[in-house]
Amino acid sequence: MEAIARIAAAAAADPAEAKNTAAAASAGYAYGLAAIGPGIGIGYLVGKAVESMARQPEAAGMVRTTMFLGIAFTEALALIGFVVFILLKFA
Amino acid sequence: MSDEVLSPIAMARQGLAPEVSVSRDIVKRGAIVAPVLILINVVFWGTDGAAGGAVAIALVLANFALSAFLISASAPISLGLMMAATLFGYLIRLGILFLAVYLLKDVEWLSLPALGITLIVTHLGLLFWEMKYVAASLAFPGLRPNRQEWNSVPGSQSHQRTVSK
Repeated sequence: MEAIARIAAAAAADPAEAKNTAAAASAGYAYGLAAIGPGIGIGYLVGKAVESMARQPEAAGMVRTTMFLGIAFTEALALIGFVVFILLKFA
Repeated sequence: MSDEVLSPIAMARQGLAPEVSVSRDIVKRGAIVAPVLILINVVFWGTDGAAGGAVAIALVLANFALSAFLISASAPISLGLMMAATLFGYLIRLGILFLAVYLLKDVEWLSLPALGITLIVTHLGLLFWEMKYVAASLAFPGLRPNRQEWNSVPGSQSHQRTVSK
C-alpha cells in the first residue's frame, strides 16, 4: 500500500516521471515473464530428449539435432519478450 | 577404423557433432543474408538501423554457435551435464544479449528498435530456412547429405553401381 501511495504521489507531482517509472517496471515484468515460459519449455524439451537418448542411444545424434532446433525455436519466445523490454526501457 | 579418441571440445571444434554442423550451416546462411538485412534496415532506419541490424545479426549467429557448442561439448561427457549446460546456457545466452544491449543502449549511432526487430526476424528466419536442410534421421543426424555424401552411402543405388563396376 505504501508503494502505491508513493507512486500516486509521484504521479501527482510529475506525470512524466511517473510514466517513466511505470514503463521501467513494465519492462522488467515483460522480460521476466517472457523468460519463464521458454525456461519451462526448454527444461521439458531437454528432459524428454535425455529420456529418449537414454532409451535409444543409437538415435542420440538425431535427438540432439531435434533438441537443438527445438531449443532455438523456444528461445524465440524469450527473444520477443527481450525485444519488448528493449523497446520499453531503452528506446 | 581410427582408434584416436577425441575430447568433447575437440569434437565440437571439428564439427563432428550434428548440432555443430547445423549451427555452422545457420551461420553460413546468416552471413549470406546479412547484407540484404542490413540494406533493408538502411531503408527503414538509415545508417543507425544498419548498425543495429549488424549487431543483431552478430548476436543471433553467436547465440546459435554458443548453443551448439555447449550441447556438443557437454553431451559426450554425460547426459546430466548436457541438461545442465543447456538450461544454464539459456540463462547465460540471455544474459549475454542483455549485456550487449545494456552496453550499447547509449550509443548514438545505433537504432535499438532496428536491433530488436532484426534480432527476432533473423533468429526465426534462419531457423525456418534451416529446416529445409536438416535431415535429422538415423543415417544423417545433422544436415541433409549432398550428392557426393549420399553416393558414398553403402545402400544407395549409385554406390552399388560404383561397387559393381
